[in-house]
Amino acid sequence: MQSSPSVRPRGPFEYGMWWFTRLSGLALILFGAVSLGAAFVLGGRTQLDMPAVFRWIFFPNPNHVINSDIPDIEQGWSNTFWQIYSMVMIFLAAGHGFNGLRMVIEDYITRPLLVRILRVTLLVLWLGGMVVAVFVILAS
Amino acid sequence: MTLNRRVSIWAGLRYKGKLGMANWILHRITGLGIVLFVGMHIIVGFFGQSFGSDAAFAINAIYESWGFQLFVYFSVLFHAFNGSRLALMDIFPGLIRFQRELIWLQWLIFIPVYGLPSFIMLQNTLTGV
Repeated sequence: MQSSPSVRPRGPFEYGMWWFTRLSGLALILFGAVSLGAAFVLGGRTQLDMPAVFRWIFFPNPNHVINSDIPDIEQGWSNTFWQIYSMVMIFLAAGHGFNGLRMVIEDYITRPLLVRILRVTLLVLWLGGMVVAVFVILAS
Repeated sequence: MTLNRRVSIWAGLRYKGKLGMANWILHRITGLGIVLFVGMHIIVGFFGQSFGSDAAFAINAIYESWGFQLFVYFSVLFHAFNGSRLALMDIFPGLIRFQRELIWLQWLIFIPVYGLPSFIMLQNTLTGV
């Protein structure tokens, strides 16, 4: 049996993040699938080249398709629906990603003070990153 | 820590880890890669969009190179496929019996889904589009 001093009982935060990681990951894949379908419906089949389709799938920001053959980007590509869609996606992705970072850090760093400092740093970066991302989405 | 045995990653992969351990390592690497890429892209995009910074445009241009795109596509696709398998096995723990087969299935689907667009991208790059 392995006995390690750094193993500690997992609380409700860990349990919640465990679920959030799995569900947000699956949700992000669904978001990508919906982006793909919507792109085809909006005419992307003939107006977008393959890299632009992939950019749109990964994140539906009008800047990602602006250099394509779309005649009018206001029509369907640059509107409130995609802005809200993108903001939800950023929330899921940032949470998912930063939680992953937290897990990797906690795997390799055991000193409690250092772990706490890094966790707070991650929290600040997460909030700051989301604010910047929302601004970029709204200003696109 | 406990037994203090230092084994190389290759020894671990060869002995017992094999595809499962390789998937775990790749999942970590691709996850970190995605976080770094997306984080940089958002911040650099912000500076380019708000201040018209030339440095920002230059950095973002790196992402438009075909090599980088192949790498990002690999990272995102692998992380998504492997993550879906993990989430599936977490929500339906009975599937753990079939972990080896699920990993095979995952790679079986991954190779064409990654290979075909990559081939097309490479073809377009080499023949000019």
